[in-house]
Amino acid sequence: MIFLLMLFVFVLAIFAGNELISKVPPTLHTPLMSGANAISGITIVGALMCAQFDLKGVAGVLGVCAIALATINVVGGFMVTDRMLAMFGSKKK
Amino acid sequence: MENFSIAQLLYLIATALFILGIKKLSKVKTARKGNALAALGMLLAVVVTLVAPGAGIELDWTLVVLGLAIGGGVGALMAKKIEMTGMPEMVALLNGFGGLASTFVALSEFWGRYAGGDMASAASSQSEGLLLGGAVWAVAIVLSILVGTVTFTGSLVAMGKLSGKISGNPVLLPGRHVLVAGLLIGALALGAFGGFSATGDTALWMILGLTACAGAFGVISVLPIGGADMPVVVSLLNSYSGVAASMAGFVIGNPLLIVAGALVGASGMILTIIMCKAMNRSLGNVLVGGFGGDAPAAGGGGAHEYTGVKSAGPEEAAMIIETASSVIFIPGYGMAVAQAQHVVKELGEELEKRGAKVRYAIHPVAGRMPGHMNVLLAEADVDYELLFELERINGDFKTTDVVVIVGANDVVNPEAIENPQSPIAGMPILNAHEAGTVLMIKRSLSPGYAGIKNPLFERDNTYMCFGDGKAFLSDMLAELKEA
Repeated sequence: MIFLLMLFVFVLAIFAGNELISKVPPTLHTPLMSGANAISGITIVGALMCAQFDLKGVAGVLGVCAIALATINVVGGFMVTDRMLAMFGSKKK
Repeated sequence: MENFSIAQLLYLIATALFILGIKKLSKVKTARKGNALAALGMLLAVVVTLVAPGAGIELDWTLVVLGLAIGGGVGALMAKKIEMTGMPEMVALLNGFGGLASTFVALSEFWGRYAGGDMASAASSQSEGLLLGGAVWAVAIVLSILVGTVTFTGSLVAMGKLSGKISGNPVLLPGRHVLVAGLLIGALALGAFGGFSATGDTALWMILGLTACAGAFGVISVLPIGGADMPVVVSLLNSYSGVAASMAGFVIGNPLLIVAGALVGASGMILTIIMCKAMNRSLGNVLVGGFGGDAPAAGGGGAHEYTGVKSAGPEEAAMIIETASSVIFIPGYGMAVAQAQHVVKELGEELEKRGAKVRYAIHPVAGRMPGHMNVLLAEADVDYELLFELERINGDFKTTDVVVIVGANDVVNPEAIENPQSPIAGMPILNAHEAGTVLMIKRSLSPGYAGIKNPLFERDNTYMCFGDGKAFLSDMLAELKEA
């Protein structure tokens, strides 16, 4: 039952995503791509949960790597998107 | 328990922030705020996970702080250092890291379960024992590793091709279709066996085998695809990484991951489809590979095939453009390579000062990622309202005095509409050939990515301006200012 509920969420989110993203103009497609990429770094939540068990040895190392990589994805992604969008802002005259 | 439901509520707020953020990304004026909102949602999600990770589980803070510090430092450094022209590689690399993170999450869970012994009990408490540990858990682990690893190695190859470290030409291994299919089937078989029936060390080796096969699959399936098709590959891989995040959401029973992943999956897919349409090719045709390359294809246009080509130096080009009352610039990948966006902008401003109407026409697949040209021109401070998409400007070329093409080729090839036999027949092009005069700034007569002749070079109204885009335009600007 809960699984089905999550499937509902998934399918509805895909429809919502389609609606939202098809409205983004081509001018903003690069920031959209890097912003979406940053959002996909949400796996950081999964990575953090990896570190919540008493992990030793290999599993622990894997956990740290997962957190570090997901954080690069998130921090790098949002910052670089912001850098690009800041350039779009400057409209003189 | 109460603590847990507050956490769920905060996850819901984070989900709403993501959706709101993407909504605001659809307008130039609000886009920056949208990105900030999405980042805020991410911060909220991370903080909630750190403070309330779930029923009675303690975080290993050493691991967490170490991981966050390393990742945050490296990520911030990369974001600050990267040149705007290097943006396609940056997105590919970040995407690859995201994929590898998914793989490590799944591997770590799996390792803990088989090597740590009591993972099953710990895991089942995490989402109230709904999904973990059973068949769904195993499927999700296997798919996370498969998709995550393919995303990682595929993105690295794509990055190598984008930056020129790996040849942009299609690399066609003998029997590659068999190899690719074999690797995929092998990966799935290893995953099924390792995830469901094997135990102990055998299962571990199976899962490692799955990882290796998936990695090889990623490399071998991207190698045969040409450099200019990399945007399609990167956005498809982006879409995969979204789907992988969604699957991770199913594993840990967290709707935030499901929604965020679905949004990214949809975004990657939409961009992929837009690009394929703009090239009039199917996604299958792109992925099979073998199309185009940097070197002329068999029967492609070399310099000897052209007759009656007229060329103009900077001085002559300046004289031509001096009297124009309407000018359209068409930037392409060559502008990015030559870093010519700033001098393009200066030239545009000089022409505007002289009373000309200056606009920029952007083809959907110009450059090496969707919207690549827009970002470069924004970097050079060109007003985004002067940039026009193909449909909005194509009717205006007829009434335009001068078109300046900077490093674009296939996207202005009239063969696409005039010759039904052409490999690019049916591809939407910018109708530059209809303008009064065409200034084609290019290093040589070499063909573009499609590897075919461009008859625009020999038209009566075309002047070839041979040289480096930046150097030529600078000389032209200097001549213009003197005149």
